[in-house]
Amino acid sequence: MDLLNYAFMQRALLAAVLVGITAPAVGIYLVQRRQALMGDGIGHVAMTGVGLGFLLNASPVWMATLVSVLGAVLMELIRWYGRTRGDIALAMLFYGGMAGGVMFINLAPTGSNANLTSYLFGSLSTVSESDVTAICLLAAFVVLVTLGLRRQLFAVSQDEEFARVTGLPVRALNLLTAITAAVTVTVAMRVVGLLLVSALMVVPVAAAQQLTRSFVATFAVAVAIGVTVTIGGTVTSYYQDVPPGATIVLLTIAAFLAMTALAAPLARRRARALAAAQPAGDPAECMIPAGREPDGKVGV
Amino acid sequence: MSEPVISLRGVRAELGSRPVLRGIDLTVDRGEVVALLGANGSGKSTAIRTIIGQVPVGAGEIKLFGAPRHGFRDWARVGYVPQRTTAAGGVPATVTEIVSSGRLSRARFGVLRKADHAAVRRALELVGMADRAKDSVNALSGGQHQRVLIARALAAEPELLIMDEPMAGVDLASQEILAQTLRDQVASGTTVLLVLHELGPLEPLIDRAVVLRDGCVTHDGPPPQALGQHALPGHDHVHPHAPAGAEPIRTGLLS
Repeated sequence: MDLLNYAFMQRALLAAVLVGITAPAVGIYLVQRRQALMGDGIGHVAMTGVGLGFLLNASPVWMATLVSVLGAVLMELIRWYGRTRGDIALAMLFYGGMAGGVMFINLAPTGSNANLTSYLFGSLSTVSESDVTAICLLAAFVVLVTLGLRRQLFAVSQDEEFARVTGLPVRALNLLTAITAAVTVTVAMRVVGLLLVSALMVVPVAAAQQLTRSFVATFAVAVAIGVTVTIGGTVTSYYQDVPPGATIVLLTIAAFLAMTALAAPLARRRARALAAAQPAGDPAECMIPAGREPDGKVGV
Repeated sequence: MSEPVISLRGVRAELGSRPVLRGIDLTVDRGEVVALLGANGSGKSTAIRTIIGQVPVGAGEIKLFGAPRHGFRDWARVGYVPQRTTAAGGVPATVTEIVSSGRLSRARFGVLRKADHAAVRRALELVGMADRAKDSVNALSGGQHQRVLIARALAAEPELLIMDEPMAGVDLASQEILAQTLRDQVASGTTVLLVLHELGPLEPLIDRAVVLRDGCVTHDGPPPQALGQHALPGHDHVHPHAPAGAEPIRTGLLS
């Protein structure tokens, strides 16, 4: 593996693996709450953070983290208070975030839309030493939350109303989910880019659930898919000179298609196993009672 | 006499700007089984949802186990069955995983111990779903979904069960199983408040019926005798085209 001899590839692979773990780990709760596109919205808001980073000469990664966390909290507040026009408010936030990013980066003396492109679609080979530090810290936070609070987050994402009656701090947990999702977006920003982040949050989970029956298994398989495609995409992009972000996302979709193709034979096998477990004399299939015409003719 | 388990005094609530509860009083004593009845839109579900804090209270006071609702923290004593047609979410989950979340009110920091897993198993046995424990909830029938939701509420071993239309969309065979589950709970001293559209197989269990109409209590006493469909308060004449704020049509229950 000659690619491991290069420091930039070591950094790229480390960042890619961390994204492969964290994006599906947060994404599973978003999918469970049926907010699969929330990651996409946060990605749009994070653009304003990147632009501000260039404008204020601050680190775009940390600025994007700050702004996307604020944006995610705002989205959660809109969900609480503005039920009726919530979707419109969210749309304003998304497109305002995108426009803000373009505006700020053009106002910045050192910035141009070319800089923005590397954040929109990822730029794995330019991940710096300080980016890696930031990504490691943020990923540690995400793993701690999504694993450490898995039972609480599962309950709140499954049935918010019920979770309230078990005494869980529902609002705090919702905010924490939103913040964790925002942090994940900025972790993934350098690897797959803001416009493709949501794919890594949602598609591995969707692929995993083609085969799984439990939440725990879905979580494990989704993370395994995430790590496989991020490593696979990074290595492919090194040897084939293709953009890593797009490669990773296309690989994820390929994984989804493969899982879907596997699902049908697996379901048949499970059904057969179930039928074998049934006591004898209890037919697995419907039978037409004797004495009745099979074509449904009724005698008059 | 001990404190009532649930007490509502003059409770008002609005959804949007529409008044849904217009000053209702309701008391449920320990060990009682109280049914909330009424037509669609009469405020039954809203009344339940103010008690659990899902709908904000405009005026009036709510007490749970003698404590004001706002300061109430002892949620392990309450089991709640929301009005749902499915127990499934956006991601596959097993029956055990869903029912385990009902035990979180008794678990410290969300860590389930041996005793907690045993309680989850017991709750599944109570509703006759122990053999499906490892199955995905997506593979269940409507009646089985409802049994899972009830097991989730029972997992915390609550003293008070609040149920919102637990029999909705449940076939007769499952209704009988649920009625038996409830009978066992009541026999062991559990207090029950439940919203029902019709009394059905639960009728012999119910001590008292509270009938709501247009956000007001119109009857509080023994359950109405079921003499055919029209004897049920849920089947009173509803006039949705009546002008807003019109005097509700009084049934024979008050006179």
